[in-house]
Amino acid sequence: MNSKICILDYGSGNVASVRNSFDRLGLESFISNEVSDIVRASHLVLPGVGAFKASMEKIENRLPLDVIRAQISLGKPLLGICVGMQVFAESGFEFEIYPGLNLIPSSEVIELPATVPKPHVGWDSIEIQKNHPILNNIDNGADFYFVHSYFVSKIDDSSLIANCDYGVKFPAVLARDNLIGVQFHPEKSQNNGDKLLRNFVELIA
Amino acid sequence: MKKKRVIPVLLHKEGWIVQSKNFSEYKKLGNAQKAVQRLSDWDSDELIYLDISKTETYTTNRSDTAAPEYQDLGALLGEVSKVARMPITIGGGIKTLHDIEKRLRAGADKISINRAAIADPSLIASASREFGRQCIVVSIDYEEFGDERYLHVDNKNASNGNPRSALEWLLKVEELGAGEVLLNSVSRDGMKSGYDISFLAKVSDALNIPVIACGGAGNWEHLAEVLIETNVDAVAAANIFHFQDQSVYLARRHLASKGLPVRPPSIQMRSRVN
Repeated sequence: MNSKICILDYGSGNVASVRNSFDRLGLESFISNEVSDIVRASHLVLPGVGAFKASMEKIENRLPLDVIRAQISLGKPLLGICVGMQVFAESGFEFEIYPGLNLIPSSEVIELPATVPKPHVGWDSIEIQKNHPILNNIDNGADFYFVHSYFVSKIDDSSLIANCDYGVKFPAVLARDNLIGVQFHPEKSQNNGDKLLRNFVELIA
Repeated sequence: MKKKRVIPVLLHKEGWIVQSKNFSEYKKLGNAQKAVQRLSDWDSDELIYLDISKTETYTTNRSDTAAPEYQDLGALLGEVSKVARMPITIGGGIKTLHDIEKRLRAGADKISINRAAIADPSLIASASREFGRQCIVVSIDYEEFGDERYLHVDNKNASNGNPRSALEWLLKVEELGAGEVLLNSVSRDGMKSGYDISFLAKVSDALNIPVIACGGAGNWEHLAEVLIETNVDAVAAANIFHFQDQSVYLARRHLASKGLPVRPPSIQMRSRVN
């Protein structure tokens, strides 16, 4: 299929890495926040690193959110990476409480427990809870690259695809209709990351 | 299960990847993009890329090597990040928030600050607030004097003047908002005598943020020792990874054979054009 991936750039997140990954996979992608690009894209990616509130403020200021929400309701697949996934939540508690995009109502972003080293950085394995096309050809226990101190909590079981266990079990992969969220960085996760990005592009609106 | 990381370090000096001994002798090894490509093909967990140039030169000025030449650091990082399938930490010459932003924009996933943080500790706090603590690695170079560990600053022997305790600085760095610390023993740099186990054990117990050990690796067993005897989150090394084909694979295979929690070793077969 002829996919066109629009990588949203709100000034946070390593958009160049995501772009490089799609390039290596031979998939057409572009970095843009233009309405026309978002509309013509077959898939949307919301990357992210950093703090919840700072990211949400930039998202509100720089992205045409009405258009993106409309595209999501039309069924266009959206992949949120790391903080790009966390902002799906109703609210976040990093430094202070701040509203998220509320794409997954009643979920919230909270800090990893005080008992584990933070940030959670490096390669960790996922525990698959449910079959989903986003994990096609990816084994239970596969390693992905994580770097974060917060996670999405209170999501309903139906949206939970895979956990990671780091002192607490938290969602590593979630999916709700055409929304996909991953707490790790597929663009930095070598073969497993490449498989996931390919799987994402094969999801069709 | 969270894996312990095995991290190759590349030292960049005026256009060349170099080998270093005691922070004072340097030997030219080759071209940056090729070195990064190799480490990426060997599925390195991460890469630390330190620019120790004294001048802002990113060209080897050699016409016979067919090595790409770069205008500036941004151009170099842009090319290097295209071939890197693993996270890259960039260090060297970072003094301001602008320097950090420039490197993150050019393809770095994390940045490492060293002397600028000693000169102005508030840089750690402001960088952490601006970019998130997870991408701020504070790197420290220290020297060993018996049981004491002092900051190595400006090549001056730390026994002169008023040496600062490395451990005190590390505790301060964590409090200021560093996401990780990279510890490098200058006394062991290039010596192949093994890691500074006693100090690494002390630091990794005292800090809550991940500790990356560097300096002294002479064989794969040295890597195993530090992972067995301390709570560091990662072992890093430079020279040992650059003189043997598939070194990163061999390192993880050795560590896995000792039952250590590392990622299963793997390697990418690419058709080589060059």
